[in-house]
Amino acid sequence: MEIQLVGITVLWLFLYGYLIVASIDFGAGFFAYYGKLTKQDHLINHLISRYLSPVWEVTNVFFVFFFVGLVGFFPDTAYYYGTALLIPGSVALVLLTIRGSFYAFSNYGSRENKLYLFLYGASGLLIPASLSTVLTISEGGFIEKRGDEIVFLADRLLTSPYSWSVVFLAIVSVLFISASFLTYYADRADDKPALEIVRKFALFWSSPTIIASLLVFIALHEHNVAHFEKMLNYWWMFGFSLICFLVASGLIYFRKRYGTAFIFVMLQFFFAFFGYGVSHLPYILDPYVTIYSAYTNETMGITLVVAFIAGLCLLIPSLILLMKLFLFDADYVKGKK
Amino acid sequence: MELDNVMLARLLTTTTLAFHIIFATIGVGVPVMISIAEYIGIKRKDPHYLLLARRWTRGFVVTVAVGVVTGTCIGLQLSLLWPSFMKIAGQIISLPLFLETFAFFFEAIFLGIYLYTWDRFKKPLYHWLLSIPVIIGSSASAFFITTVNAFMNTPQGFQLENGVITAIDPIQAMFNPATPSKVLHVLTSAYLASALILGMIAAFQLLLGRTGEYYKKSLKLTMVCGFVFAFLTAVAGDISAKFLAKHQPEKLAAGEWHFETEKGADLLLYGILDENNEVKYAIRLPNMLSFLSFSDFNAEVKGLNEFPEDERPPVWIHYMFDIMVTIGIYTVVVPFLYLIFDKLKAFNPHSKWLLWSIVLGGPLSLIAIEVGWIFAEVGRQPWILRGYMKVAEGATTADNVGLMFLLFIALYIVLGVVCSIVLVKMFKNKPAEVELEYRFNK
Repeated sequence: MEIQLVGITVLWLFLYGYLIVASIDFGAGFFAYYGKLTKQDHLINHLISRYLSPVWEVTNVFFVFFFVGLVGFFPDTAYYYGTALLIPGSVALVLLTIRGSFYAFSNYGSRENKLYLFLYGASGLLIPASLSTVLTISEGGFIEKRGDEIVFLADRLLTSPYSWSVVFLAIVSVLFISASFLTYYADRADDKPALEIVRKFALFWSSPTIIASLLVFIALHEHNVAHFEKMLNYWWMFGFSLICFLVASGLIYFRKRYGTAFIFVMLQFFFAFFGYGVSHLPYILDPYVTIYSAYTNETMGITLVVAFIAGLCLLIPSLILLMKLFLFDADYVKGKK
Repeated sequence: MELDNVMLARLLTTTTLAFHIIFATIGVGVPVMISIAEYIGIKRKDPHYLLLARRWTRGFVVTVAVGVVTGTCIGLQLSLLWPSFMKIAGQIISLPLFLETFAFFFEAIFLGIYLYTWDRFKKPLYHWLLSIPVIIGSSASAFFITTVNAFMNTPQGFQLENGVITAIDPIQAMFNPATPSKVLHVLTSAYLASALILGMIAAFQLLLGRTGEYYKKSLKLTMVCGFVFAFLTAVAGDISAKFLAKHQPEKLAAGEWHFETEKGADLLLYGILDENNEVKYAIRLPNMLSFLSFSDFNAEVKGLNEFPEDERPPVWIHYMFDIMVTIGIYTVVVPFLYLIFDKLKAFNPHSKWLLWSIVLGGPLSLIAIEVGWIFAEVGRQPWILRGYMKVAEGATTADNVGLMFLLFIALYIVLGVVCSIVLVKMFKNKPAEVELEYRFNK
């Protein structure tokens, strides 16, 4: 495999990792706030904070990892996206900042503060919306090169049906992923009242996820036919994704094996995300940046891959330890530790 | 001052970094202090120190959160505000940037574990062991990010021809001449500032009339550490000056108002510079600049006039240098006095004026960090990549940088205010004595 492909695959894997852990996090924030509003917070919020408290910082690193890696492997992306995304990027940053800090303020500082919880919960839905626009922009048509200048066509993005279908998909996916994870977590904690609530959330958000996915397909056909046709070459990946979705929601509906159900949710998004990614290649930004045109110096590319492997040797055991202590330790999950 | 894109991008970067380094400094230094306190607590079976570690950790988490999010901001702003710079330099600095996120990842994982496993292990030493990876992670990320900054000061390990970079040597770029002195100075000063901030809290509690053992032990621990770190910081500062004299003489010359190259150069303290570049009211230490630069009273020190006018840093950085050095001396003297008083018993180490001086040491050490950083950064103007790329060539061409500047200023004000309120509230309603009683039945 070419090194460029290795690079983008590893980065895509990290983005996928972020997609899963951040969705759990973003959705949980929203559910925590919703729980407070509907006065169910005594049932679910302790469960949510029990999971989130030790891991929220790790979630953030996945994201930093992705963009540092992207700029490192493909420095041209910094130039194009950096110039074009000043405003949307800054807005996303402000949202991430508010969310991260107010999470800490409300969780470690003043627990009863409703405003903190609101800022934390609301930003959780706006962030996926704003981050997903980067994926939209990568399809082309929203950035134009005029001479030496890179121009971002914000109004075109705001009026594009494709853009809105992606935003819609991002939000409902976040809520679905998060709810199905919390269902699993509540089940492990043997917390019946919480389980009932989050299971309902999961079932409620399952159908919009599929509807939104179809919408994105249709809108992409209008926006970028070439990409749409390439996606058809990988139809089997999307087929697998759909099957995984059906298995997952079936298990949750019949109250069986919530852990397996969540693994199928992960697989559902894995196939969809990688099907989308592989058909997008070689473009990082259609039509200006490809993984070949933007590739860094050969020496640096190899060094980065080596650093990746060395880093993963350090990270994976640490992550396993973290999960063992807080995710798979039944006593901790049940609140006995 | 013209508010063009270059200036606005500089202002926004400055604002983000100035805000971030407060929390970054705490993030690097406080884990060291927490670890020391917990270790003493375990070894001496002294609940005071264990409680100290716990309470410091609780406040620390809140500051870490702000440090994490503002760090994410500056990470992305590098590409958003300086896309042309990142396109070129990104090919070389991506390795340390990348390794920094690894270190950060490592720290994040173990901090999470450390926070939630206080009573989970049979042997308390196992919990203490978890603080080691946190320290390694935070200090390593400071190390890697400092190498990036060092690289911008003394770039090497590549060739640049017509905007194309070739012959990259990532390791040589990381371990450039500025790396050792910068890393040493950054780490020691972060440890120092953190010790003094924690010392400030202890001294302030004593001033409020809380005279328990807990506060006295806290004060003593922070002052001992503060003194050691202050001494190391001074050594690191001396190494930095020698580095500047050799590799970045224009920065040292601008900082010292040293215009003519001469042997046996004087060191200037304070003073002002009038329109004709005449120094007034300064204290002159004869031949000291030569000694500081080359350990030789008669060595020749390069003057600012040797450099083309458009490659000279602004001379106002002298004031930054003065403030940094003055505070540096203060941070050695105050802990030293405390330790002497504590040892001799003839004087009261908890006398009001000394406690107030210790309280003052907290904010002062943060100011020293800020001005020291401004000195280092403005001192390499007009370069963004010294000798290769000027700041003006690196800035974004996008519109609305001004608007984003205002947006982030508002954000940092809100964060700063709320963070302070939360921190004060956390401890105000829960004095150490009460916590000591219910946690350790003391």
